[in-house]
Amino acid sequence: MRYHDPWYDALASGWGELDGTGVPAPEVPAARREDGGPVLRAGDVYLDVQRSAAFQEVRSRYLRFVVPGVIVFLAWYVAYVVAATTAPGLMARPVAGAVNVGMVAGLGQFLTTFLLTWAYARHARLRRDRAALELRWDTQELTRGARGGVL
Amino acid sequence: MTGNHQTLALLLFSGFVAVTLGITTWVSRNRHGSAEEFYAGGRLFSPMENGFAIAGDYMSAASFLGVTGLIALYGYDGMLYVVGFLVAWLVVLFLVAELVRNCGRFTLADVVAARMSERPVRIAAGTSSVTVSVLYLVAQMVGAGSLVSLLLGGTSPAARAWTVIGVGALMVIYVSLGGMRATTWIQIVKAILLLSTTVALTVLVLLRFHGNIDQLLLTAADRSGHGLLFLAPGLKYGGDWTARFDFISLGLALVLGTAGLPHILSRFYTVPTARAARRSVVWSIGLVGGFYLMMIVLGFAAVAVVGPDALKKSNAAGNTAVPLLALDLGGGADSTGGTVLFAIVAAVAFATILAVVAGITLASSASVAHDLYASLRRRRAKPYSEVAVARTAAVGIGVIAIALGLLARDLNVAFLVGLAFAVAASANLPVLLYSLFWRGFTTRGAVWAVYGGLIPALALVLLSPVVSGSPDSLFPGVDFQFFPLQNPGLVSIPLGFLAGWLGTVTSPEIPDEAKHAETEVRALTGAGAV
Repeated sequence: MRYHDPWYDALASGWGELDGTGVPAPEVPAARREDGGPVLRAGDVYLDVQRSAAFQEVRSRYLRFVVPGVIVFLAWYVAYVVAATTAPGLMARPVAGAVNVGMVAGLGQFLTTFLLTWAYARHARLRRDRAALELRWDTQELTRGARGGVL
Repeated sequence: MTGNHQTLALLLFSGFVAVTLGITTWVSRNRHGSAEEFYAGGRLFSPMENGFAIAGDYMSAASFLGVTGLIALYGYDGMLYVVGFLVAWLVVLFLVAELVRNCGRFTLADVVAARMSERPVRIAAGTSSVTVSVLYLVAQMVGAGSLVSLLLGGTSPAARAWTVIGVGALMVIYVSLGGMRATTWIQIVKAILLLSTTVALTVLVLLRFHGNIDQLLLTAADRSGHGLLFLAPGLKYGGDWTARFDFISLGLALVLGTAGLPHILSRFYTVPTARAARRSVVWSIGLVGGFYLMMIVLGFAAVAVVGPDALKKSNAAGNTAVPLLALDLGGGADSTGGTVLFAIVAAVAFATILAVVAGITLASSASVAHDLYASLRRRRAKPYSEVAVARTAAVGIGVIAIALGLLARDLNVAFLVGLAFAVAASANLPVLLYSLFWRGFTTRGAVWAVYGGLIPALALVLLSPVVSGSPDSLFPGVDFQFFPLQNPGLVSIPLGFLAGWLGTVTSPEIPDEAKHAETEVRALTGAGAV
């Protein structure tokens, strides 16, 4: 199956139409127009969502994983490059047969890359995806309501 | 090289061209050429398909020909490219892929312009995207040139020129007729061809050395003439401090550049959601990682089997190491096996170049039409359809790339790609990260970040030994060399970040809280994503 992402259908409306200004064509306002609704600007909706506890939780989960992750792999990579230039003697030290420290370090970079990729994908799938999807629905509902009230 | 090689390789390559042209006409039937269709292929590719396409975009002639050549000539120092190329994907996966998919529509400038005053930001980001693409294109063209001169024997300049022109013409046809949908399918076909060829060659190498990697490394070290030094860092970048800083500069550019490459960024828009973008990056990390591990084996095998003298004689920069290795693995120059294998490798390398070139051309024509044309055209002028402009832009970019490709033909392909990465990391990455993560970022900061990285990067290349002042440079006759390093990344990447910060703190503009909230919410949740 190709399109098993649960929110795929929601995207299908409003695709492919350009009004020439480079911004998405406005969505059709929902039926809320006549009930008056809360009069919010679309921008305010995003500010409200940003301040909500649910969004702060998603944001901090993302940052708590990504910031240490980036620091770790960049530091490890820079250490590898600097060691290769400033300490070639260390890198040339044999480990087993023709394999030396430099080879092991290089292959270690491959290994950590694969491991971090796996860890990130797993973390995002288990800790972020569901909450982000719910926020996405809520936000889209709110912006639709806001547009309906103003336009 | 004998006539057999040529005929067979040309036949195989013509087969590939026929298949890809078939794909192009097939996917472009009954399409009306909306922007969504042309730039993003309808956004309906699956993560696996897009993962193969990203890998196809990334495993360029630079890796297949250039990196193996560097490993074969300089041993361990060539490996740095491979490690940098791979680790760079973590930057893409962690910081860029999902957020860019959620915030943008077609190009890098979309993400930045959502928060800022649109026109200056689009012009800046569009300019730097086109510059990066053209540099990258030149590298691929040079690869095509050195491949054909190997194939046709001798270094007939006319044959080289016509190949470069032919590649350019084909890429314009793919892009302007087929758009993103055709380009993506061509990438997928090419990625599968390239990976199977690489696996086959690696298996043959391992059979030749009875599965003993240790023996392979020792033979390589022995035949290289450097002994065990060949397996340790320092042969290419070991000498004085200039060379060492060059190495660090290159390493920095490689790891930070990928996330700023326009043709990689535009790939994330071909899938429906951020989750699909993430999964396609995971796919491509697996494919690219496996590919690079095999490239290391092939690079060492090339020197162990073919020997450094034959490699240097064929192409001084080492760009022809893999085809020569294939010839030997198949049984030598006069055997059927050698001829067939050589022809397959040459044809696959051509296919690689063609596909990568198509991908980059598409991304840069999107930048021209969607960012530059849309911002620069006169308000009163009759607006042409954006897609029509993009098709025309593809032709223009093709012409520029052909001309520069003919000029730069003697430089190592992987090295040229290193320059493209340095410019991408200096001009595109700072503005992208600032606009995704910095609440107080302003329009002036964005514009300064782009130009503050782009201009120093290009100026330092112009003043470097690559262009003048050394026997290997583009213009060996003149000397206006001022900057000692070949790769500008070490200086220009920090300058890009610094300029963005400086522009922001000095600008009178008050950052728009609501717009930042919108970017952040959209980036992390996907609300309102197209």
